[in-house]
Amino acid sequence: MSDTASNTLLAYITKGRILPVTFSIQWPKWTMLAILVMGILAPVVTGLGETTRAAFGILPVLGKHHFNLTAWQQLFQLPGFTTSLQLTLVSGFLATSTGLILTIFGCAWVYNTSEKSFLFSKLKPFIAPMLVPILAAPHAAIAIGLTFLLAPSGWLTRLFSPWLTTWQLPPNLTTVQDLWGLSLTLGLIIKELPFLWLISLVALKQINLSKQLSIAQSMGYSYANAWYKIIIPQLYPLIRLPVLVVLVYALSTVDMALILGPNTPPTLALATMRWYNDANVAMLLPASAAAIGLAGLMILSVFVWEIAIVIIMAVTKIATRSGARGKHWRLVSTALATALPMSLLLGFLSLVVLLIWSFTWRWSFPDALPTSWSYSYWLKLITHWPLALQHSIILALGSSAIAVIFAVAWLEVQDRFGGYLSRLTLWFIYLPLLVPQIAFLYGLKVGFLRIGLNGGMGAVIWAHLLFVFPYVMLSLIDSWRAIDRRYLQVAASLGTSTWGCFWRIKLTLLLQPLLLAWAIGIAVSIGQYLPTLMIGAGKIETLTTQAVSLASGADRRLVGVYGLLQALVPILAYMLAIYLPRLMALKKL
Amino acid sequence: MSLELRSLCATLSDNSALFSPVNLVVEKGEVACVMGPSGVGKSTLLNAIGGHLDTHFGIAGDILLNGKSVKNLIASKRQIGVLFQDPLLFPHLSVGDNLAFGLCSSVVGAKKRKLEIEQALEQAQLSGFYHRNPATLSGGQQSRVALMRALLARPQALLLDEPFAKLDMELKYTMRDFLFDQARQRLIPILLVTHEPKDVAAAKGPLIVLQPI
Repeated sequence: MSDTASNTLLAYITKGRILPVTFSIQWPKWTMLAILVMGILAPVVTGLGETTRAAFGILPVLGKHHFNLTAWQQLFQLPGFTTSLQLTLVSGFLATSTGLILTIFGCAWVYNTSEKSFLFSKLKPFIAPMLVPILAAPHAAIAIGLTFLLAPSGWLTRLFSPWLTTWQLPPNLTTVQDLWGLSLTLGLIIKELPFLWLISLVALKQINLSKQLSIAQSMGYSYANAWYKIIIPQLYPLIRLPVLVVLVYALSTVDMALILGPNTPPTLALATMRWYNDANVAMLLPASAAAIGLAGLMILSVFVWEIAIVIIMAVTKIATRSGARGKHWRLVSTALATALPMSLLLGFLSLVVLLIWSFTWRWSFPDALPTSWSYSYWLKLITHWPLALQHSIILALGSSAIAVIFAVAWLEVQDRFGGYLSRLTLWFIYLPLLVPQIAFLYGLKVGFLRIGLNGGMGAVIWAHLLFVFPYVMLSLIDSWRAIDRRYLQVAASLGTSTWGCFWRIKLTLLLQPLLLAWAIGIAVSIGQYLPTLMIGAGKIETLTTQAVSLASGADRRLVGVYGLLQALVPILAYMLAIYLPRLMALKKL
Repeated sequence: MSLELRSLCATLSDNSALFSPVNLVVEKGEVACVMGPSGVGKSTLLNAIGGHLDTHFGIAGDILLNGKSVKNLIASKRQIGVLFQDPLLFPHLSVGDNLAFGLCSSVVGAKKRKLEIEQALEQAQLSGFYHRNPATLSGGQQSRVALMRALLARPQALLLDEPFAKLDMELKYTMRDFLFDQARQRLIPILLVTHEPKDVAAAKGPLIVLQPI
């Protein structure tokens, strides 16, 4: 009997145990779907709806009840609108496309096992230790660290002054918050590149990469050309969704733009937030118009991006048909492959400089390191246990726990009652990541108020969940599906109940991925700036809201403490997720 | 055209050899076979000849193609084709585009290239398959496309790593005869890794049995 036939038979015999309820029972599936619709879809749709109403002049709180286009006219006449728009598009598209290109070169660099280059062998061991902290740290922490690094008085200038630059005082240059948004673009690349790179490396495991490359090279194709014609067209469809998430994030980030972007005028998302916070409440209307405009811009941008990809793929196909073997581009590829470790290094140094500042007492300009150190800020922190830290931890633990439990429940219900995550359901789950936060958070606040959720911790946890759940699900789904079903069949044939299979086999086998999903949830929650600020009505302070509001202030030591702490909590969660299963395995020996 | 191996062996980082050195001459149109116990390094030998070794392996001895050493050339400069157990047709390209990927770039012009691909399909008894998705082909059909793709690149030698292992008996023999015919027509030296004594008999060429050290 062939393998598949015996498996089918085995499944048939044991089906009674794995699937104790017949397929006709649908209520658990509908319950899950209802929770998803109510918990995630409804808030986004309500939020967009309320914001849209305000954008078209209907805001009962202000006594406005009639549809009109005044808000839009006001918006287009606001000072700096076109510059904001331009700035948003340039930084968003530049960051995403550069990030994607460098990701691909980074992947090609990792897989290039035949090249005996210096870079490959020497740098590889340093990659992982730099990667995890950057992935775990919130956007704001990286952004703050980057200002401490790149500012005219930043660490980089200090390291090279005065011996190389002869500067005794910080140079009169604009490095961060430049008018072109280049430092914002750089910050986005540094933070998003590791994410895209890791996602791509995981995706590439689905492709028989090394043998396909061998075949192409044996036909005379250069390594770079083989990647271009063979690997990239297979890779992109696998990472399309994360790339679009990055594009939307880059076009709509508020906290990074606040720290790294130009101020006069700022990007559209940041401008929108400023208009929302304007002392003049009438500004709520043009602010809502800007928020909805940003959502429209996002749809347009995704469309333009996808069209560009289609064109690139078509050109690639024509190039493939020509049979041209391509040049080696050794210099260019090496240079571009170097960009990945460079970007990781910058991200890592951003966190290191936060650490240094948090322990600094005196650090005057051209010195490479502080002249006197102090742990007084940390001491104060430990003795006072500030509210921001407490809030952050409660929000992170709450939202990540709910997200992991719901994700597991969803996957288990599918295992037992059949069905699968349809493409549509997946888009529902990822919807909050594909809509700019600012486009629906104001409306969501209005909606929450209407049902009596008055900006307390519960409402903020719910708001965090919208962004935590997609990432948790994204990280868990593949490992869950990868469980070898034969273990379950064997267990069932030995008399293990369905619940026994669930607890003792699935959850035990998935301990590592579950912990990682939880850690990712923690990291996402800790990093939330806008949802905490808007849904919490500015009353719930967290590490991130504190760090961002302090960032423009003068006391780098305090900012260092908050920035680092913001990164430290998720890093600890990651470490726990990585090392706890290993420790437990050791105990069993 | 000929492929010659002189005391060739793959080495580990401590310079220890994986198998006893191989000496072999494969003349044009000839099929040489490589046998040996599992795990002895047959695939590693092919990777060494084709230039696909991982960096942590080294090579001792020499590889000559038409009398010239190719040992220090990178894979894409060696003109030595490979075929693996799986056909590995590129899933994002149609059958015809897979062949176009293989077809030598010295054939210029869309019409000329298409004509040559159609001819190759005909030889493989796959006329009319140009626009098919490779996933819709049977195992034997995929193997034939993979072989034609390798041949269209006009290699100076061809390495085959148990290319028929996953086909059923009957298909295996027709496929093998087809391959040997093509090689003899095109005067390409072939090196075939196999477990089947029948393959060796049909190849009528030299035989190498790899010995572990």
